[in-house]
Amino acid sequence: MAIALETVSVSKFYKSDNGITKAVDAVSIDIKQGEFVALVGPSGSGKTSLLAMLATLLAPSDGAILIDGQDLAQMNDARRTAFRREKIGFTFQQNNMVPYLTALENVELMLRLNGKYNRVGRERARELLTRLGLGERLNNLPRQLSGGQQQRVAIARALIHNPSVVLADEPTASLDTERAHQVVQTFANLIHEQNRAGIMVTHDLRMTQYADRIIQMRDGQLARTISSPHEIRAFATTAEAN
Amino acid sequence: MGIYLALKEIWRNRGRFFLFSLVIALITVLVLFIAALADGLGNGNKEYIEKLNGDLIVYKANVDLSIPTSRVDRGKRTETLRVPGVKDVGQASFSSVVLLHGENKKLNVALIGVEPGKPGEPPVVQGRGLTEKRGKEAIIDRNVALRTNLHVGDDLTIKSIQGTQEEFFVLRIVGVSDGRQYSLQPSVIVPHLTFDLIKPGTPATGNETDLISNVLIVQLQDPANWKNMAVAVEEQVNDVRAVDRKTAYENTPGYSAQQSTLNTQNFFSLLIGILVIGGFFQIQMLQKVPQIGMLKAIGAPNGTIGIAALTQIIIVTVVGVAIGTALTLLLSLTFPATVPIVFSPNAILLGIGSLLLVGPIGGLVSIRYALRVEPLTALGLAS
Ligand SMILES: Nc1ncnc2c1ncn2[C@@H]1O[C@H](COP(=O)(O)OP(=O)(O)OP(=O)(O)O)[C@@H](O)[C@H]1O
Ligand SMILES: [Mg+2]
Repeated sequence: MAIALETVSVSKFYKSDNGITKAVDAVSIDIKQGEFVALVGPSGSGKTSLLAMLATLLAPSDGAILIDGQDLAQMNDARRTAFRREKIGFTFQQNNMVPYLTALENVELMLRLNGKYNRVGRERARELLTRLGLGERLNNLPRQLSGGQQQRVAIARALIHNPSVVLADEPTASLDTERAHQVVQTFANLIHEQNRAGIMVTHDLRMTQYADRIIQMRDGQLARTISSPHEIRAFATTAEAN
Repeated sequence: MGIYLALKEIWRNRGRFFLFSLVIALITVLVLFIAALADGLGNGNKEYIEKLNGDLIVYKANVDLSIPTSRVDRGKRTETLRVPGVKDVGQASFSSVVLLHGENKKLNVALIGVEPGKPGEPPVVQGRGLTEKRGKEAIIDRNVALRTNLHVGDDLTIKSIQGTQEEFFVLRIVGVSDGRQYSLQPSVIVPHLTFDLIKPGTPATGNETDLISNVLIVQLQDPANWKNMAVAVEEQVNDVRAVDRKTAYENTPGYSAQQSTLNTQNFFSLLIGILVIGGFFQIQMLQKVPQIGMLKAIGAPNGTIGIAALTQIIIVTVVGVAIGTALTLLLSLTFPATVPIVFSPNAILLGIGSLLLVGPIGGLVSIRYALRVEPLTALGLAS
């Protein structure tokens, strides 16, 4: 399968009063279409920094990032913004939804931004939300939805415009265990079905069981990569036991 | 896209936005009323002079265009009339007296002495003009008619202090003119020789050849040529100063001070408007930082965010100003005619125009703030 996302020895250094923090240190990974990757690691290991760089929101200090073969460093700001809304889908830990738009409108927003808002798009948005169990909630405002429901709306929004890469930052942080499993499982299924490259940052190691690959970071570096289904299950089960 | 977001947000928070429009409406009412008051009071000062059927006002030289101080005699009148291009000249004088009407009711009025049929005498809307040089007759202006119950054909009594004596004069009302206030008082217009008998102070000789007035009202053959004619009059008549009506009323006592006071008030009302609108949108913007960061992260361009913010400000301001204008006009209908409030289209348009600008100016800070929100905040990272 084709490679959707590739980093070449990418680094992020923060300068502060007590010297330089190597938040991300020479990380090289590639992720294929239809592959769902879990990004784990202790606090401060550089997960969010890496995600922000993949999202074109943060410029690397060194190295290169290619999405669909395009080098992010070659783009100006306007082009990067356009690239982000066309090629990348997002779910955030909080503040996922525009508070004054309904669930359906929040998903459609992504189509409007891309100038692809039409009857077919509206229909797909409905179907996707229904698929995520929100068929009854299409016209609810965010404040009328639970945290899990909001995460599912965000997942629909992250997928509706057929992006190449879907980035999810701690999608289960505010959910109870049962909801968390549901959300991540549906997410993984959609990534596979729609052939996107999915990356999920998570603290909850049990959620890694739905991933095709686990990337573990420590001190900004790749500590370990787990890709056999057997080992993944073992990794997730150990977490469950703890 | 920006407009779509702006409209959705307003609609889903219509209560809050409407309340804020109401605040702007109240500021609008304030600004428009102060403007109307400025016009009304200004009008009270300048009305007689502004509406004069003459193009130049001639004063004695070196009196700083003060009408009460100025004295112009019959000789100057004759000389002025001889200046080529002058069509007609009338002598006019001003004083303040008490008008008695009804049972023991008093009204302070401006007593204006004019030559019957000459520039200075206002046209009547009822009855007839002054005819006799020494007639015991008077024209009252609309404001006197509104505040008393006097009509054409009635007699009016004027009380005047001469020396230390109170003197009473009875005059027949022969005509009513439109509003001709002078010095913030409604006016009674009488023949100049009659004026000389009534006016407070020592009565004059009573001969027309000795007639001394405050100013001359000069009608020109070509009113557009007033600038050159003013120079010509000053050159050919000794010891006089000639100006147009506007200069004349701008130099009446208190006019400029009053107008600048009211203009200052209006300026501060607008300033308060800018601060209130700015404050509201800024507070709202601070609460919206996370959602704006998120919108930028998913790829909303800065232009979209800016247009959304600007659209909201414009809508809220326009709605507020519209409500405020309607409210002002409704309120103004409930005011009695004696309140010095005049809504001139120009002043209203100027007020509305500046109020509409106030919104975007007040909102600039919050728009700038919105444009600066970093999309990184969506991931909980600050740059
Ligand atoms: N703006 C910044 N300036 C300086 N240092 C920073 C900045 N942002 C992050 N860091 C540092 O970079 C390192 C990596 O941070 P990052 O947020 O990427 O880690 P993380 O793996 O997402 O952690 P967590 O699991 O707690 O979210 C940390 O040591 C952090 O303190
Ligand atoms: Mg993090």
